[in-house]
Amino acid sequence: MEKKSGFRNVAVGSTLCWITLFVVIPYLIVVAYSFLTPDPSGTVSWIFTLDSYREIFSPVFLIVCKNSFALALSTTVLTLLAAYPFAFFLTRISESIRRTLILIMIIPFWTSSLIRTYALIILLKANGIVNTFLLSLGWIDEPLNLLYTQLAVFTGLVYTLLPFMILPLYASLQKLDTRLIEAARDLGATSPRIFFHIILPLTLPGIIAGSTMVFLPALGLFYIPDLLGGARSMLIGNFIKDQFLVAGNWPLGSSASVILTLLMFLLIAWYFLSSRKINQGDMREVI
Amino acid sequence: MEKDPIVRLRRVTKRFDDVVAVDSLDLDIYQGEFLTLLGPSGCGKTTVLRLIAGFESPDKGDIVMNGTSLIGTAPNKRNVNTVFQSYALFPHMSIFDNIAFGLKMKRFEKSVITEKVTEALSIVKLGGLEMRKPHQLSGGQQQRVAMARAIVNKPQVLLLDEPLSALDYRLRQEMELELKRIHRKLGITFVFVTHDQEEAISMSDRIAVMNEGRIEQIGTPSQIYEEPQNMFVAKFVGEINVFEGRIVEIHNGSAVVDIHGRHFKVQNRKDFANGRAVKVLLRPEDIMVTKDEELQGTAPALAGKIEEVIYKGKTVDLIISLDAGETVFVTQFFNEDQEDVVYRHGHRIHINWPYGWEVVL
Ligand SMILES: Nc1ncnc2c1ncn2[C@@H]1O[C@H](COP(=O)(O)OP(=O)(O)OP(=O)(O)O)[C@@H](O)[C@H]1O
Ligand SMILES: [Mg+2]
Repeated sequence: MEKKSGFRNVAVGSTLCWITLFVVIPYLIVVAYSFLTPDPSGTVSWIFTLDSYREIFSPVFLIVCKNSFALALSTTVLTLLAAYPFAFFLTRISESIRRTLILIMIIPFWTSSLIRTYALIILLKANGIVNTFLLSLGWIDEPLNLLYTQLAVFTGLVYTLLPFMILPLYASLQKLDTRLIEAARDLGATSPRIFFHIILPLTLPGIIAGSTMVFLPALGLFYIPDLLGGARSMLIGNFIKDQFLVAGNWPLGSSASVILTLLMFLLIAWYFLSSRKINQGDMREVI
Repeated sequence: MEKDPIVRLRRVTKRFDDVVAVDSLDLDIYQGEFLTLLGPSGCGKTTVLRLIAGFESPDKGDIVMNGTSLIGTAPNKRNVNTVFQSYALFPHMSIFDNIAFGLKMKRFEKSVITEKVTEALSIVKLGGLEMRKPHQLSGGQQQRVAMARAIVNKPQVLLLDEPLSALDYRLRQEMELELKRIHRKLGITFVFVTHDQEEAISMSDRIAVMNEGRIEQIGTPSQIYEEPQNMFVAKFVGEINVFEGRIVEIHNGSAVVDIHGRHFKVQNRKDFANGRAVKVLLRPEDIMVTKDEELQGTAPALAGKIEEVIYKGKTVDLIISLDAGETVFVTQFFNEDQEDVVYRHGHRIHINWPYGWEVVL
């Protein structure tokens, strides 16, 4: 008993230290910077101001926000639509095939997602694999303009984030008691009605978890829009990156980070509240 | 019960990989009866229910309901409902919505649904809990909801897969009576699955004793208990003592069996031939025990001594070891007139039984 709690103290303590050192303190620095004045030398001068926040609520940034949310939302919806059937399929196949499929899905994670994004460029560029293939089939006469489009960014986000949707969905579909489906069928429900009355409500926690895990990174992943969208697509992530690395306006970048974090925090809070309600069985109050 | 059966299984076989779960099974289920499938774990009871409900389809044979084959009919199209062993209540729906589910699927009007659900709730005595969620109910209450959810649809046949097995002993006895009451009240055909022989005997109109995917015997509880057709049924349904013997004389309808050198007169229902080795089966309560000093000479009996006396309140159980070596289990009812009959460990006694109470196999 003594030993156990000693180990726990060490484990919890070191985790707390880690979080404080690498999450809390840097974040506090970001918050502090957001209230300072930009300095031409590229860093900040220690003069308190709310200028960054004033600047941030300018129409330009709001458009960036709107675009980012629209893109993140459509990414979430598309990954959800693609992942749900696949996750369902995963629960219906034999153990060995399932393990293989999950492994295949996870293997790309062993490569940095930056490198995988470069791989997408090779696929999508004018003389890339997709175009070469379509040309050789004779379906198109000249290369399609795939790279540096909104569609390319979208493709990159969906591709990168799909596993984050599949895994929570798979977990909650796996937990679904198949006897409930039989019971519903026994009571006269057709397959679509079983899906909408039983399966969908009972896997809502997985849907919310997966959506959170796709939506939040989709807002912040800056290198995918950078690499696949070129200069044309400005999203929150790129905006922040540009303030730090290009424009040299650290306070503006910091304030944008703070706003983004607040938004994410609100989403996560909503997620926790709703999943608590679902666990209590109060499905109707969620939405 | 000579009407046409409502459900008829004809030489139905169901295999899972290399396990034959149901083996060329014939079964007729009649309108309004309480039929129990009784058998040890893994004998195929659940599979039979699932075949009738439509969750499995037979590899061979036919299942006919009201004269038409059910093969190829989806479960949601069958006029059959199931009460699942685990209840399988929908956790995200209120009790009301759980019970209303079947009616909603059949697109009844709201007012009709409310009326029917209320009626079903009153039949299972659960009024007032409509708005609760399943996890807010006790096991017994959940059981009642599962019943209500099935009977509200007024199915022709209600399938119940060990519905009471999750309940504790007292609640189970209470629910046994409730089930009987609901069965009488609704007149729906019940097909009930259990591996508890007491439950089967106390509730059923007919019992089908199953073993390894086949029906060993089907009949009323007293037929099953008093006249088992084979050793499996005899041993599965209650305690029974088995004596090895040999037929030594044949009379008209009766025979004389030699057991350990004693000659007992038995009924010869199966027309066994002279000289045949037989087993004489006796229920513990059918055996008479006589103290040696009271023995009145002539009646054939087997001698032994009392090993163990187990007082049970209404009855007393005796474990007797015969001089011939067998151990016999006997249940004696207390007889108000014979209060002086006290059994003690070590008493020398004789056992025999009234003519005709035995089963000869
Ligand atoms: N889906 C399945 N896949 C493989 N084998 C199965 C399946 N369902 C049942 N079986 C096998 O079929 C046989 C009969 O099973 P069934 O569930 O009908 O038995 P049961 O009489 O209901 O037993 P219990 O009293 O334990 O519930 C068993 O040997 C079981 O292992
Ligand atoms: Mg079973």
